[in-house]
Amino acid sequence: MSTVRTVTSPSRTTAKGRMTALVRAELTLLGRSRATLVTAVLVPLLLPLSVRSATDEMDLAKAGLSVGTVILPAAVGFSLLFAIYTTLTSVYVVRREELVIKRLRTGELRDPEILVGAALPAVGIGLAQCVLVTAGSTVLLDVETPPAPQLAVLGVLLGVVLCVALAAVTAGLSRTAESAQVTSLPLMFVSMLGSGITIPLEVLPDRVAAVCELLPLSPVITLVRGGWTGDLSAYEALGAIATALAWTLLAVFAVRRWFRWEPRR
Amino acid sequence: MKTNAHDEVNTPDHENVIEVTDLRRVYGGGFEAVRGITFSVGRGELFALLGTNGAGKTSTVELLEGLAPPSGGRVRVLGHDPYAERAAVRPRIGVMLQEGGFPSELTVAETVRMWAGCTSGARPIGEALDLVGLARRAGVRVKQLSGGEKRRLDLALALLGRPEVLFLDEPTTGLDAEGRQDTWELVRELRDEGTTVLLTTHYLEEAEDLADRLAILHEGVVATTGTPAEVTASQPSRISFDLPAGYFLGDLPPLGELGVTGHEETGRTVVLRTHELQRAATALLLWAERARVELGRLEVRSASLEEAFLRIARETAAASAAAATAESHTESRTKEPTA
Repeated sequence: MSTVRTVTSPSRTTAKGRMTALVRAELTLLGRSRATLVTAVLVPLLLPLSVRSATDEMDLAKAGLSVGTVILPAAVGFSLLFAIYTTLTSVYVVRREELVIKRLRTGELRDPEILVGAALPAVGIGLAQCVLVTAGSTVLLDVETPPAPQLAVLGVLLGVVLCVALAAVTAGLSRTAESAQVTSLPLMFVSMLGSGITIPLEVLPDRVAAVCELLPLSPVITLVRGGWTGDLSAYEALGAIATALAWTLLAVFAVRRWFRWEPRR
Repeated sequence: MKTNAHDEVNTPDHENVIEVTDLRRVYGGGFEAVRGITFSVGRGELFALLGTNGAGKTSTVELLEGLAPPSGGRVRVLGHDPYAERAAVRPRIGVMLQEGGFPSELTVAETVRMWAGCTSGARPIGEALDLVGLARRAGVRVKQLSGGEKRRLDLALALLGRPEVLFLDEPTTGLDAEGRQDTWELVRELRDEGTTVLLTTHYLEEAEDLADRLAILHEGVVATTGTPAEVTASQPSRISFDLPAGYFLGDLPPLGELGVTGHEETGRTVVLRTHELQRAATALLLWAERARVELGRLEVRSASLEEAFLRIARETAAASAAAATAESHTESRTKEPTA
């Protein structure tokens, strides 16, 4: 008996369908992990308050800044770091150590779909927080309508992509979920102190600021702040975009080279 | 154009669904797990890969599944390179890893739903769970499943897309006797429906029962291959018994005349190997009757896969020991055969 087999079945999955299924599962998991929810949702909303008290000690007017243009980019930075970077680092590590990623790779999902699909819920939370803190700053801190909103939007988008890629890189360097909490610290600290989140680069000495501008998250914060101050020249904006893209390319390369799809044996 | 489409759609039954040629896999540390393996599996065949732990079974299967590119040689699954052309292969295969992973906080049904969204032509969730007898556990979190239930969930996902080719890496490890029987029954049904199955196992009776053909791997190479009957046919049958008190091996009729090709003596227990089981057993029993002695714990057994398996392990161990000895003795040039 010879059977006729149709090679192209009409019900082939699509990238969109596959990722929707994955995102749905990841959202369910996120909802069931209280620790992740606290890190991703609460922490980034509380931290800007700590920056608020520090602003009193800075000479903002001299740097052409206001409380609003310090706090708002800081809040965006915290959202990117906590809701996306740390949350996602631990998601990648846990899924890998549970052999979930290895199992997914035997199916129809492609490698980038697995990484992006797992990232989307965290990215959604991060973006929602950026909107929320913007609205909050506008209402509570009297921040005016941004003169260059396109720079702020571009900055956030670059920040999202960069944080996802950096989370995958960090996951590649972490053996367990516990060690991921340690391996993600350097970028957290460096970004918070050196990328203009807790201390605006504008109030730092020029030579220090010049170095800090090259840190991964600095261009993101610079663009967001520039969106609200309107002080960023085209040259400075392009420089920031180029720095962010360079870090993203580097991170994507590192992921392709060093991301581990299954636990070390 | 028309003939092309025809070629793509119709696949002859004798086609090799899996083709492996001189396959090699070297891990990062330089360890060569697979050292030149060649075999093929025809459509609708059930092929078993056997081997001791570390023989290279899983390393081989992972290359067939397209999880990694081979370090050397060639793999074709359904005519495609499973690694480079995974989009063409994946929708038509089902995979059950030796150790699969599912998020522990999802329920069984949620896990199947997620997998169904990533599987072309997926069965309904209820049907998939019914197949493996997990329907009653649909609402239970994965972390609360027993080891055996996790294996069955894994199998349900492998079967979700009604695959043409099924890769099962130790599907019954961790199952109780009943679960194992159920799985065998299911695999048999799938094979009867025309699914090609590649199975690894270290339960030899599983391979003997299920497999149309098999290969025994040892240290990364195929030590022997064929149908279970062919593989065991080349092996000697075995007679074992305890010598009665006061008797010695030399009191038996000359072993060569019995058709015995080899023997071992451990304490009072004697093991004879022969390719003429009936003749050897008859002669031995007649001798015992004439001598009026009782052969304690008498066992007469045709060649089995287990025999073949153990023999391969023994021979390769002896060969590598001999090689090691030869190597260490090359300096003094005293090359002696090792016992």
